[in-house]
Amino acid sequence: MQLKERSKILDKEAIEKALKRMAHEIIENTKTTDETVLIGIKNRGAHIAEKLADHIRAISGRRPLVGALDITLYRDDLTQASEQPVVHATEITFDIENKRIVLVDDVLFTGRTIRCALDALIDFGRPKLIQLAVLVDRGHRELPIRADYVGKNIPTAVNEVVEVRLSESDGKDEVVLCEKID
Amino acid sequence: MANEKKIVWTKKDLLGLEYLSREEIEHILYTAASFKEVTTRQIKKVPALRGKTVVNLFYEPSTRTRISFELAAKRLSADVINVGVESSSVRKGETLIDTGKNIEALKIDIIVVRHDCSGAPNILARSVKASVVNAGDGWHEHPTQALLDIFTLRSKLGRIEGLDVSIIGDIAHSRVARSNIWGLTKLGAKVTVCAPKSLIPEGIEKMGVKVTNDLDEAIREADAINVLRMQLERDTSGVFPTKIDFFRQYGISEERLKICKKDIVVMHPGPINRGVEMSSQVADGQNSVILEQVTNGIAVRMAVLYLVAHVKR
Repeated sequence: MQLKERSKILDKEAIEKALKRMAHEIIENTKTTDETVLIGIKNRGAHIAEKLADHIRAISGRRPLVGALDITLYRDDLTQASEQPVVHATEITFDIENKRIVLVDDVLFTGRTIRCALDALIDFGRPKLIQLAVLVDRGHRELPIRADYVGKNIPTAVNEVVEVRLSESDGKDEVVLCEKID
Repeated sequence: MANEKKIVWTKKDLLGLEYLSREEIEHILYTAASFKEVTTRQIKKVPALRGKTVVNLFYEPSTRTRISFELAAKRLSADVINVGVESSSVRKGETLIDTGKNIEALKIDIIVVRHDCSGAPNILARSVKASVVNAGDGWHEHPTQALLDIFTLRSKLGRIEGLDVSIIGDIAHSRVARSNIWGLTKLGAKVTVCAPKSLIPEGIEKMGVKVTNDLDEAIREADAINVLRMQLERDTSGVFPTKIDFFRQYGISEERLKICKKDIVVMHPGPINRGVEMSSQVADGQNSVILEQVTNGIAVRMAVLYLVAHVKR
């Protein structure tokens, strides 16, 4: 399968703006008694969680704890995936018991990744509540899952792919809409 | 620690490190590092092998390897069956291939096999569709032991490339030595084997190792030593020196370690014959990573089971 680029949806500046707004919303929804932590889904969700934490510090003066979650072992398509997925390490160095967790990912699509992440997180303890922040919501849900914080809603066709590129993993920050070509 | 090279795992079996490329060995070690984190969680179980069945088929007695594989499979949510030779129909004369076919008819996904004949897992792997993992075959290979030795060494010293590693003791009867030699040399370590002449197999230097009968020479410059167990139960031909003679000449004692690098890593695959190949002070001392090897064994075996279970067939 190859991808053909159709259009750039967000550039670096637009990504930063969206993240800044999401950071404001996360702070706004924080009750003073809650301890908020961010957990990004590997790989790109983890990078976005770090960026969000920086924005939250810039606004509120306090940087929340950040963890990174690898969901490979919880996937429901392990036996069907076209290529064997690589298992990366989960890095959550703090106790999530009773915390308010904001789960962070790059693109929300079918919702299956989030389902895996919820299963994985609950194996780490019993958080007080879990919310979801995504940079892009592209629709086409297959499970009853929705995001609490969305950077941008992008209506897409099923044969399209939303590529989030980040400086940490791809050398630059942009979101591009691509089309699958067989 | 590991570099994140993306390779696609394609092997349904793990029969020996001889058959793996450097990239494949590194991929197992990378995956094992991810599983190491799982083994430190409060809930040490992930659903990656849910609905899969693993059979431990052991034709030789083993406690630690079998328990380690069993724990690894259970922590991946697989179902596990243990078949020991004393309780199986092998006693009634069933051949290995027939046993394999019957296991397959039971819809088992992975066969972990230990056998006293070198090459038995290879034969089994050819005759069944299930994945076969070698848990030690004769004097041939014990790949998961070598992988966990290498994993432990790399977590201690940060690398394998360029390290001086000496393997000491009963090389002749040791599948652990053979697997370690394959793995370490593929990853770029310099390997020396050291034993009395009677315990050095002929032609071992063709595997790319230095051979010596002088223990001091083997340990003086070494970054790590892997001390093998004297397999006294295999002594049928009188090739073994007496225990006291062996300890005097080849045993690792605190006194002996004084000529070594201060932070030398001391490994042993277990079970230890204290006072034969190693003194208690060394086995329990600062340089010893023997119990870390046991802990890491679970992560390494989880990685191997995960990789072979999800290969595209």
